[in-house]
Amino acid sequence: MTHHEGNGNKRAMLVCEGTGCVSSRSVYIREELQKELTNHGLADSVEVKPTGCHGFCEKGPIVIVEPDGIFYCNVKEKDAAEIVESHLKGGTPVERLFYKDPATKTLIPKYEDIDFYKKQQRIVLRNCGHINPESIDDYIGVGGYEGLKQVLSGMSPEQVIDEVTKSGLRGRGGAGFPTGRKWAGALKSERTPKYVVCNADEGDPGAFMDRSTLEADPHAVMEGMAICGYAIGSNHGYIYVRAEYPLAINRLKIAIEQAKERGFLGENIMGSGFSFNLEIAQGAGAFVCGEASALMYSIEGKRGMPRVKPPRSVESGLYTMPTVLNNVKSFATVPVIISNGGEWFAGIGSPNSPGTAVFALTGKVVNSGLVEVPMGATLREIIFGIGGGVMGGREFKAVQTGGPSGGCLPADQLDLPVDFDSLDSAGSIMGSGGMVVMDKRTCMVDVARFFLSFTQEESCGKCNPCRIGTELVLEVLERICEGKGKPGDIELLEEWSQTIIKGSLCGLGKSAPNPVLSTIRYFRDEYEAHINEQRCPGGICKELISFSIDEELCKGCGLCAKNCPTKAVILFEKKQPVKLDQEKCINCGTCYDACKFDAVIVK
Amino acid sequence: MSSQLAEILAPFKGKKGVTIPALQQVQEELGYLPREAIDEVSKTLRISASEIYGVITFYAQFRTSPRGRHVVRVCRGTACHVRGGGVVLDQVKIDLGIDENENTEDMEYTLETVACIGACALAPAMVIDEDTFGKVSPGKVSEIFASRRGDN
Repeated sequence: MTHHEGNGNKRAMLVCEGTGCVSSRSVYIREELQKELTNHGLADSVEVKPTGCHGFCEKGPIVIVEPDGIFYCNVKEKDAAEIVESHLKGGTPVERLFYKDPATKTLIPKYEDIDFYKKQQRIVLRNCGHINPESIDDYIGVGGYEGLKQVLSGMSPEQVIDEVTKSGLRGRGGAGFPTGRKWAGALKSERTPKYVVCNADEGDPGAFMDRSTLEADPHAVMEGMAICGYAIGSNHGYIYVRAEYPLAINRLKIAIEQAKERGFLGENIMGSGFSFNLEIAQGAGAFVCGEASALMYSIEGKRGMPRVKPPRSVESGLYTMPTVLNNVKSFATVPVIISNGGEWFAGIGSPNSPGTAVFALTGKVVNSGLVEVPMGATLREIIFGIGGGVMGGREFKAVQTGGPSGGCLPADQLDLPVDFDSLDSAGSIMGSGGMVVMDKRTCMVDVARFFLSFTQEESCGKCNPCRIGTELVLEVLERICEGKGKPGDIELLEEWSQTIIKGSLCGLGKSAPNPVLSTIRYFRDEYEAHINEQRCPGGICKELISFSIDEELCKGCGLCAKNCPTKAVILFEKKQPVKLDQEKCINCGTCYDACKFDAVIVK
Repeated sequence: MSSQLAEILAPFKGKKGVTIPALQQVQEELGYLPREAIDEVSKTLRISASEIYGVITFYAQFRTSPRGRHVVRVCRGTACHVRGGGVVLDQVKIDLGIDENENTEDMEYTLETVACIGACALAPAMVIDEDTFGKVSPGKVSEIFASRRGDN
């Protein structure tokens, strides 16, 4: 079943209203399109629909015309008139808004032919960008709530858990614990009430797939939670969402109301005798609340500080009752596992990590966006095949996966198949699915410092190894970045990192040293250059670098002078090399990034 | 203020686990959490003021002092960082003459940083109130504030 069938043959214009596109005014584009349709008398025959994130954020705002499958990128409000007049009325699509393949320079009209989409396999993101997240009919039109129906019309809780176990689904929050086993643990407990909690406290800087899923397909997550409730014998669920995600919260509220009205939530669902209610709990800005026990304390209204385990949450979770906590992506996957069968899911991906993985591909990559691939795809396929490689054709240096708990992998790891186990053994983690591409103008010591400053700030302070350890490690990294590192600092970092890993109470502390250890493991020479030569090979650490102009290469275009915030670059005359006033230069590198001729030298 | 507070807090009375939503609601209405609001929440929820203060200081969202008329939030996410978010933040500090979590003297602006706004394709990004500015550079930052001041 395709996503247009629910609407008959009516044409639809889908306007991406994920956070990225909304930031580029897509809501106004939708209003303009609607206005133009009315002007041309097409308002009844063409529907304009807001959708959630379509994934190809780099090319946003995105407008898709269905059933044609025409993909328009970088759309502006003023383009609305032409799209409606030329395409919808005249039948001639607007070529200048097509995606242009950077390698072949050909225009590609349909999204299914674009490499970025062609090379993906979408299960979690199956409906994202194709349905109106504020319409339950759209969700039902693509087979929504069929999984729940199937479960409630004859499957026993044990059978549901068997199916999930058979699928081999592992927790998509990053740790990869088998979902079926977790559910079975909660079913076994005889204490009630039991709770189902969805972890949507996506706090990793650079990861936005959970938010995008909630914004684009909230019913899928809710359906997965209801199925879990039935399987473990729980009648109450919470979705814990960051308050920083207002759009996701709003769409969830609408979806919950609609599901209640249609009888997919509430008392005696579809006459089965099973009742399930959902509530939204808003986080208040604490990264550590992504940890299960901290999250549950936060729902209870307390400081979100992790506790010692065992007992596990399936024995003693929210309000000390048996609780299953899963990530947004895990719940969103459950309905299709039920509909298509566990074996189908187990057949996708790699043997120990079945299914797909969702990544937020960002940083210095050509195609920033949301990407879903079968587990076991290589980093190279993701970054170069789908992501289009490094921006500006610059040299690839590293990729960071897993956010502040993850690590940085160098070019010789590009053929690593990506799954839970392979990333772990390479010194990184799957984590939340952040994937940040770095080019040669990235300092790996600075990257480690960046992550440590984050974890140090977000450490809840309950246990000493994390609270004091992250502070000490950060101090050493800061002095290395300032060129004040001492011989022995690298060994000190390694030793303290091990102490933090061994002694910390929760995952935040245990994984906090990963960015440090992985950069030392793969980029030790950069640490040594900072310490022994007071040199920053990436050209980033302000205290260690200076900029100058190569007068041979400089064409005198003045782009650097125009962008310089302190007016340190001076263009005396067009087509003559610019001069750089070292007194005024603050080493920000704006000129370097602006220059099209590699005429700015950083040392 | 206390009658306004009583009205805001009425729906939370007698419920469990509502400390955070109650504080969020009060802050939404008042802009921040003044001392008397904390006392009022304490009385309504029958939780000690010190415990509530502990919750307030734990979560980044809560403020105990007022903010400026406009809030500038510079994204500190990883994608923004590798695309030069650090120098963007430095430039905002220079242009506004304040540090993170400070207000300008005329209370026009408050400067905050945010872990990630999730518009990574627009990195480095900055938000003023509801408006997102993508792919900003130090030069563009200065232009934005200059045009807001009207001296263009």
